[in-house]
Amino acid sequence: MDMTEYKDIVVYIETADKSPVKVGLEMLSPARKIAEKKGGKVRAVLIGDGIRTAAQKAAESGADEVILIESPEYEIFHLDRFANVMESVIKEVKPYAVFVGGTQDGKDLAPKLAARLKTGCASDVMDVKTEDGKTVYTCPLYGGTVLQDVVMETSVPQIAVLRSGAFKKSEETVKGTITEKNIPAADENIRLKIKDVVKEISETVNLEDAQVIVSGGRGMGSRENFELVKQLADLLGGVVGATRPAIEDGWISRVHQVGQSGKIVAPKLYIACGISGATQHVSGIMNSDYIVAINKDEDAPIFEVANIGIVGNAINVLPVMIEEIKKKKEAE
Amino acid sequence: MNILVCIKQVPESNKVEVDPKTGVLKRNGAASKMNPYDLYALETAMRLKEELGGEVSVITMGPPQAAQVIREAYAMGADHGTLISDRRFGGADVLATSYTLAQGIKKMGDFDLILCGKQTTDGDTAQVGPEISEWLGIPSVSNVRKITEADGQNITVEMDMPDDIEITRIAYPCLLAVDKDIFQPRLPSYVRKTEKADTEITMLSLDDMDDRDETHYGLNGSPTQVQKIFPPETNHHRELWNEESSILSEKLFQKVKELKFV
Repeated sequence: MDMTEYKDIVVYIETADKSPVKVGLEMLSPARKIAEKKGGKVRAVLIGDGIRTAAQKAAESGADEVILIESPEYEIFHLDRFANVMESVIKEVKPYAVFVGGTQDGKDLAPKLAARLKTGCASDVMDVKTEDGKTVYTCPLYGGTVLQDVVMETSVPQIAVLRSGAFKKSEETVKGTITEKNIPAADENIRLKIKDVVKEISETVNLEDAQVIVSGGRGMGSRENFELVKQLADLLGGVVGATRPAIEDGWISRVHQVGQSGKIVAPKLYIACGISGATQHVSGIMNSDYIVAINKDEDAPIFEVANIGIVGNAINVLPVMIEEIKKKKEAE
Repeated sequence: MNILVCIKQVPESNKVEVDPKTGVLKRNGAASKMNPYDLYALETAMRLKEELGGEVSVITMGPPQAAQVIREAYAMGADHGTLISDRRFGGADVLATSYTLAQGIKKMGDFDLILCGKQTTDGDTAQVGPEISEWLGIPSVSNVRKITEADGQNITVEMDMPDDIEITRIAYPCLLAVDKDIFQPRLPSYVRKTEKADTEITMLSLDDMDDRDETHYGLNGSPTQVQKIFPPETNHHRELWNEESSILSEKLFQKVKELKFV
């Protein structure tokens, strides 16, 4: 097999509420780097209904070509249907690599494609680099205790699931083209029926684009104390985040969840209050520029990743802090 | 109802280190356990069996000592267990692992439902389940946090998505990867363990598979190659403050101001 004929990078850009998800656009920058090394093109794929504006956005964010597949059948994500479409696009484009964003749907779609194409698939990729002409993907092992560099030299194509927040959106303004493709859903073999998508919460929270996030965990102790987290977030013009235990205890709604099963965030400032630092949570905040952690347990793993670790009870520290900021603000 | 649960033996602790000289992974102690996420899949299987009748089988792949996790599954109530073990299966990545398991599953018989845990605590990929379903040509659903309805033909499940809950109805045969906390896993029963002490574990090697082409298995059948394993960068810029709350608040305030967030 002549591997040099495979040059392009296909990037699957998922949409949510008809807009490209953040990781979708972030993947275009590593895709661009690899495509340039290979002398190929970055081809973004968008599947949905009424997503022309999203396709336009992708075309302006670093894709040479946007392949747009629109149909009412694709209004909501359906694993088998979307895998069918991606498979057919990949077989036509014959890319060197396929990048899929590490959203819950993306994490499901990528291995389906890998098994169908009998190819390798790197998961939770935190870094992509070229070494001796090989594309090297860095992925965590043992919950991130150690990392591994993997290559997929014989894979055509090589598939990689890129971690949300791990790559910076490119500033380039390449003006890509949009190609519409009509790929009907071949439903005769589909036995999976989506009955319902229940929007549990109407509130929307933009954690992914937040500059400042103040998060609370089980250490906040009660719903009343969790209010302190909200107050500090308000004062700093930030967004409220939470760990799974805090959400399970009903202190705040699920849309605020930060971590592997919630949102992967990358703010300039992240303040963790009463959060011990379980891997689930920590892997979701690793790309923050500056982390402040307040926890009464000196051995809490959150201190491993914090720039500043404050050993103290958040319930005592936060009220004083909030008062101080209020005073200063009034004085100005 | 014929249910199969895929389980894996993983190291007891996640505290692994890389030998700085050789770059080889050092596992602290040889102790191992069942992948914690698999306990939820097993519990789900037991509940469905209790409600709908039928049998629960488990399958694992690993060295001979991985039989231990099958014994543990027996103590939780599983009826049959199969261990796929062969040196030629060593070094398998996701593709080769899922292919080997799918080959083994075909040998075991027909299942209405295959259950997997969300992911393992060593490999972390969460990809083996979806890939098995592709090799077997059956649909799959991941992130299942609740089963709302199950009968002899269909199962209705809720999936935990970041912004909403998705409800899917799926006909058997199918594969589900269940989330943590779907049910509280039962403890292994000593009585059951004793009762099942003589229950055999079916052993499968490459020679038992339909596809005996060695290049499809183990290292040979793995398109991903690990170049190196290394520790993550350590955080060198950290400070730890340990003072009175009022002093801490003042210092924190100064810091936030210095960072220009106030």
